[in-house]
Amino acid sequence: MPTQVLMPALSPTMEEGTLAKWLVKEGDAITAGDVIAEIETDKATMEVEAVDEGTLGRILILEGTEGVKVNTPIAMILEDGEDASALDGTTVTGAPAPPDVAESTPPATQTDADQSASPPAAVAAVSRAAPELEIPANTEMIATTVREALRDAMAEEMRRDGDVFIMGEEVAEYQGAYKVTQGLLQEFGPERVIDTPITEHGFAGIGTGAAFAGLKPIVEFMTFNFAMQAIDHIINSAAKTLYMSGGQMGCSMVFRGPNGAAARVAAQHSQDYSSWYAQVPGLKVIAPYSAADAKGLLKSAIRDPNPIIFLENEILYGQSFDVPALDDWLIPIGRAKILRSGDGVTLVSYSRSVAYALEAADALAEEGISAEVIDLRTLRPLDLETVVQSVMKTNRLVTVEEAWPVCSIGTEVCQQVTSRAFDYLDAPPTKVAGANVPMPYAANLEKLALPSVAQVVAAAKAVSYA
Amino acid sequence: MTSANDEAVAPPNQAGSQRSAAAVATNGADSSSQLSHDEELQAYRDMLLIRRFEEKAGQLYGMGYIGGFCHLYIGQEAVVVGMQMALRQGDQLITGYRDHGHMLACGMDPKGVMAELTGRQGGYSRGKGGSMHMFSVEKAFYGGHGIVAAQVPLGAGLAFANRYRKNGQVSLTYFGEGAANQGQVYETFNMASLWKLPVIFIIENNRYAMGTAVARAAAKSEELYARGAAFGIPGEQVDGMDVGTVNAAGERAIAHARAGNGPYILEMMTYRYRGHSMSDPAKYRTREEVQKVREEQDPIERLRTRLLAGGTSEDGLKAVDKEIRAIVNDAAEFSQTNPEPAESELWTDITRDLSA
Ligand SMILES: Cc1ncc(C[n+]2csc(CCOP(=O)(O)OP(=O)(O)O)c2C)c(N)n1
Ligand SMILES: [Mg+2]
Repeated sequence: MPTQVLMPALSPTMEEGTLAKWLVKEGDAITAGDVIAEIETDKATMEVEAVDEGTLGRILILEGTEGVKVNTPIAMILEDGEDASALDGTTVTGAPAPPDVAESTPPATQTDADQSASPPAAVAAVSRAAPELEIPANTEMIATTVREALRDAMAEEMRRDGDVFIMGEEVAEYQGAYKVTQGLLQEFGPERVIDTPITEHGFAGIGTGAAFAGLKPIVEFMTFNFAMQAIDHIINSAAKTLYMSGGQMGCSMVFRGPNGAAARVAAQHSQDYSSWYAQVPGLKVIAPYSAADAKGLLKSAIRDPNPIIFLENEILYGQSFDVPALDDWLIPIGRAKILRSGDGVTLVSYSRSVAYALEAADALAEEGISAEVIDLRTLRPLDLETVVQSVMKTNRLVTVEEAWPVCSIGTEVCQQVTSRAFDYLDAPPTKVAGANVPMPYAANLEKLALPSVAQVVAAAKAVSYA
Repeated sequence: MTSANDEAVAPPNQAGSQRSAAAVATNGADSSSQLSHDEELQAYRDMLLIRRFEEKAGQLYGMGYIGGFCHLYIGQEAVVVGMQMALRQGDQLITGYRDHGHMLACGMDPKGVMAELTGRQGGYSRGKGGSMHMFSVEKAFYGGHGIVAAQVPLGAGLAFANRYRKNGQVSLTYFGEGAANQGQVYETFNMASLWKLPVIFIIENNRYAMGTAVARAAAKSEELYARGAAFGIPGEQVDGMDVGTVNAAGERAIAHARAGNGPYILEMMTYRYRGHSMSDPAKYRTREEVQKVREEQDPIERLRTRLLAGGTSEDGLKAVDKEIRAIVNDAAEFSQTNPEPAESELWTDITRDLSA
C-alpha cells in the first residue's frame, strides 16, 4: 500500500498554505527525516520532513500551488518492492483537492440557561441534587456558632477518613487565625494538622498534588484575599485537571476560609470572590449562612470528589444557630433553601447578606409585603429551580449580596430568571450589592460601601410598585 | 515556646567580603556606629517618636478610635531609623502593613499618619486606606501593602525605574522574615540580580510571623540573608537592635547598590514587643522572652546609655522626651477631632481621567 503524504499544519492556527517547492522528485529514495518540500504559511516558510521511508511514487500537488488545505494528500510514497502501478487511480492537481469530509458541525449556541457542566440540550434533564435530609422529629437542636460548626464538620470527617488532612497558615499551634481549627492539632496531631509558611501559591499547589495522589486535603486560606496568590493552582491545576486528563485524575479537596468584608480592614482584605470562582467549570462553590448549613455542607464538601471552594464569612463565625444533633448531618451541594416563605417578592441571597434579606423581610411584612427569602447556599451549581419556582409565585425578584455588582452572583441570578421566567415577571429583577468601589477604611465610608437593610426594603418596594 | 533564637536576638552572621557587623551588644555596649554625636541625638529623637506614636496608637485602638488591623512597630525602631540616616533624598521606601515607623522615619507628618489610623479626612489617604495603606509621593514612601511579600517585587520595580532613568537612586524594600518564604521573593531576587537593580532588600527578622516562630516556617532559618547567594546577591545579618550598626550596614549596602553592583540583602535581627496586631494575645512566646529583649537590647535604651556616657545631659534627653510627647499628643488630638471623609469620597479615586 502506498502511503500518502499529507499537507501538514505547521502552526496552531494554520488552515491552508502554499506548496512552495518540492525538494525531491518522483523516483527518489526517501528516508524518514528527509526534507522533501517547502511550505509557505501566512507567517513563515517551513520545511516538510518525511515521516515514512520508501520511494517518492507520485507528487499529487504541484509546486507553486496556493491554498492547499491542511491534511490534503500532497504525494505518495511507495514501500520497498511496490511499483508505480500501485498508484493507479490517483490524480495530480495544481489545485487543492476538495475537502472530502463535511465541515464539522458548528457548535450549538450555548444557551446561557445552564451553569452545570451538562450540554445545553440536557438542560431540562439536569439532575438536581438530592433533597435535603429530613430532620427526624424530636431531634435535639444545639445552639452552635458557625466557627464551632465548621470545626465539628472537619473533626467528624477527619475521624471518618484518614486521608483527610488540613493545611494552612496558623491552623495548628495557633489554633487558627480565626480559631476555626481549634483543638484539631490536639486531636489529630501534626501529621494531619499542618502549619505552613506564608506561601499560598506553594501550599495550594502541594495540596492539589496530594489530592492528585488520592489524599483529601482541606486547604485553609487565612482569608480568601490571600488565595489570589494561589488562584493559578486553584483554577489551572485543581479545577481543570479532571477534564484535561479525560476523567482519569481529578482532585477531591476543599479550599476554605473567610471571604468578603470583615470590619474596617480596608481594600486589600475585604473582597468577595464568590463570582470569580462561581465562573469556573470544574469547581463547586459553597457560601453558607447558618451554622447548620456550614456544618452539613462542609462535610459534604470534604466527601465530594471535586475541588470545592468553601467561602466562609468572618463576621458570621461568632454567630450562633441551631444545629441538629445528628451523627452525620449532611446537606446536599447544589440545593438552595427557602428560609421564609411569602408570595409578594422573592429575595435571593447567600452568606452574610442573608441576614439583610431576613431583616428586610421583617420590615416589609410590617408594610404588608410578603417576602420569600431564599438562601442559595451553593453558588455553583446554582439551584435556579428553587428561585424560578419562587418567582413564578411572587413575580418579583431582588438579589442581595455584599460583592461588587458587576458580573456578580446577583447578575447571574437576575439574567437566568429573566430568560427562564420572563413571562412571570411583573417588574425588572433588581440587584442590591456592594458599592462599585474598593473597600474604604473610614467607618462612615465602609458602611456606605456595604448593602443595607434599608436598600433591600427600598428595592423590594420598588419592584412591588409600593 | 522554643525557637532557634530562644535566648536573645541571634548573633549576626555575615556573607561575602564585607567587613563584619557588630556582635550582639547589650545595653550600653559599643556598636560599630559611625554616627556623630549630633546624628545619634537625631536617631534617638526619631526612634522615640516612633515608640511614643505607636504607644499612643495602641491606646487609641483600645478606645475604639482605630479599627481593623493595626500592627505596631515597637521594638523595631532602630531598623528603620538607622537605614533612613543612610539614605539620600529621593531614595524610595516600600514596606508591608507594619508601616507606621517607616512613615515617621521618612518624615511624614505624624498628624496625617494618626488621622489615617482613625479614618479621617486629614489622613494621608483621606481615611480610605487606614493603618496598612498609606503613601507619600513627596517622601518617596510607596506604601503600605497588605498582602505579605507583595512589596518585594514592587520595590524591585521602583529600583528598575531608577536604573532605567539612571537617576542614581536606590529603593529600600522592607519585608518580614515570614514574607521571606513567599515565592515572589525569589522570582524578584533572580530578576533584581540579573538586571543589577539598585534595591536593598531588608528582611526585618523579628522572629515571628503572627504566631509562627521563624524556625517553624523557614528552612535554614538561622541565615535568611544567605538565600541571596544562589542569585549572586551579597548579604549580611545585622544587629537590628542597634541603630549605629544598622546605619553602618545600610551605608555599605546602599553604596554597593548605588555603584551599579545590583541588589544587597540586609537581614535585620530585631524583635517586636507587642502582638502581631492588636488582636493577637501572643501566647506563642513567654513573657520572659519579651522582657529579656527589652531589658538587654532595647534600641532606645542602648542609645540613651551611650548618649549619657558620651556627655549628653539627662536634662537634654528629657527635653527631647517632652518635645516628642507634645508632637504625639498633637497628632492624637488632631486624629480625634478631624472630621470623617465626606460621603462623596466613597466614589472618588477609583479611576483617573486622562486629563487629571
Ligand atoms: C499573602 C498573605 N498571606 C497571609 C497574610 C496574613 N498575614 C498578615 S501578616 C502575616 C505575618 C507576616 O509575618 P512577617 O513577614 O514575619 O512580618 P511581621 O508581621 O513579623 O512584621 C500574615 C500571615 C497576608 N496579609 N498576606
Ligand atoms: Mg516577622
